[in-house]
Amino acid sequence: MSAGLPILRLGDILISGLLSDLDDTTALRFTDELTTRIADEGIRGVILDISQLEIIDSFVARVLMQLAATGRLLGARMVVAGMRPAVAITLSELGLRLTGVQTALNAEQAMELLGWRRPEEAPHAS
Amino acid sequence: MLPDELTDPERDIPGREHPVRAEEDLLAARHAVRATAVAAGFSIIDQTKIVTAASELVRNAYIHGGGGTMTIAVVRDGRGRVGLGLSVRDEGPGIADVEQAMADGFSTGAGLGHGLGGTKRLVDEFTIDTTPGRGTTVAIVRWKP
Amino acid sequence: MHGSEEVTVRDLLSRIFGADQENLIDEWVRWHPAEPSARLGEAGLRREAAELLGALREALGTGLPLSQVTERDEAVRSALRGLSERRARAGATPSATAMAIAALKRAMLAALERHTDDPAVRYQASLQVNQLLDAAGVFTFSVYVEGREEIIRRQHQQMLELSTPVVRLWRHVLAVPLIGTLDSARTQIVMSSLLEAIQAHEARVAIIDITGVSTVDTAVAQHLLQTVSAVRLMGAECLISGVRPSIAQTITQLGIDLSHIVTRSSLADALATAMELLGDRTGAVTG
Repeated sequence: MSAGLPILRLGDILISGLLSDLDDTTALRFTDELTTRIADEGIRGVILDISQLEIIDSFVARVLMQLAATGRLLGARMVVAGMRPAVAITLSELGLRLTGVQTALNAEQAMELLGWRRPEEAPHAS
Repeated sequence: MLPDELTDPERDIPGREHPVRAEEDLLAARHAVRATAVAAGFSIIDQTKIVTAASELVRNAYIHGGGGTMTIAVVRDGRGRVGLGLSVRDEGPGIADVEQAMADGFSTGAGLGHGLGGTKRLVDEFTIDTTPGRGTTVAIVRWKP
Repeated sequence: MHGSEEVTVRDLLSRIFGADQENLIDEWVRWHPAEPSARLGEAGLRREAAELLGALREALGTGLPLSQVTERDEAVRSALRGLSERRARAGATPSATAMAIAALKRAMLAALERHTDDPAVRYQASLQVNQLLDAAGVFTFSVYVEGREEIIRRQHQQMLELSTPVVRLWRHVLAVPLIGTLDSARTQIVMSSLLEAIQAHEARVAIIDITGVSTVDTAVAQHLLQTVSAVRLMGAECLISGVRPSIAQTITQLGIDLSHIVTRSSLADALATAMELLGDRTGAVTG
């Protein structure tokens, strides 16, 4: 019952995602792994793909907010990408603000937000 | 006004019960609610709202209430409207200050939170029956537009 | 009515529904109100009739009291429902549905006369036919009304959707002009149309133009805020344009806080702001 997809690394950015069955244990394990890697590998950006999440309730919202807060303390910016329209509408009706969590339409836009430059386009390769 | 037990008035069968006692039950409960909402013909957006509300309630019962039972049924009112009715009952400590629980730090994610205020916004009918020391029952209905 | 009499009547009716079905159907088609029958076609009418009469015959065989057949027999209800829904869809008047049942009643009473000369039996049988088909008429009427309500609701929904077009103003910039009121129902439509368009066009900025919104009160402001919130959760920025001086004053007086939302008085200004935002975001990355 893994809720987290494998964590990939692209330069100093980590990319992962969340599936729908997120329980306490998995959330904890995922947070641990993510934060350890942020610290160990000098990560400055994290992209979390939530396009598979059918529901965001207060528990999931809390996990996301805490992940963002923890990451920020360790020097990494987190962007949550791909929220489904039905979920966005539900959250706005709930009045739930994902404070401290930046959102992007998809992973590509998230990369741009994090200042990722495509090597062949950038004036200096990073 | 919600009945004590959710029944489908046209067919006279009681709502289906689902235990909420272990972590896996939360997932099963969400799936059951989703399936019922789909079968009742709710739109994706309405399905999401209903399942989100259900998710809050069963998690409360599990975390704060020591476990409980969820009952789902497709309901009809006198005008022929179809809806989804859900009640979650636990025998936990009950909620001492309901108003507080409805208002507490839900939107900021601070504290443990019951998420009840938010849940109420997602549904058409919401009743809560709680007695300190004797448990809590929350019942909701969402009607198809 | 005595038990044995009811049995006789049931047998009689059973026979009529069974053996005499074709004649019954012929007469029903003949007396059916003209307008809807033209649209349904004779073949359709005959099919309907066969379904209903078959269900009635089956119901008679189950031992269910005649007075409860319309209420309790699923097959009969289903046939009646179909009858009513078809007419509702064809745009027939509510009374046309009831008159279709009345035509059936006429056909049945005529059939009764063909099948028995016994006045007592005729009397009892016609009482039962009346009771049975009156209940059926009431049921079809209520189904019809529900059916029309459903159609009206769906048409209203479609109209709402049509009146909230999402426009692609620029690459990655969408605009939705709101006209009239912004109530709960309209807000849901706006949110779902806009969010889906954002996904489809990979938009980064959405502009909600409220030039055409007649009044902005607390409820409308609440709906606007919800929409902005949903757009942002999807990762796009959201601007509000068309804020006229009078609206601005009202909003301030109502104490509504829109300080976290960028607003502009004209769509042109909003577009200019949107392009500035895009410039900031894309930076050195092209495409």
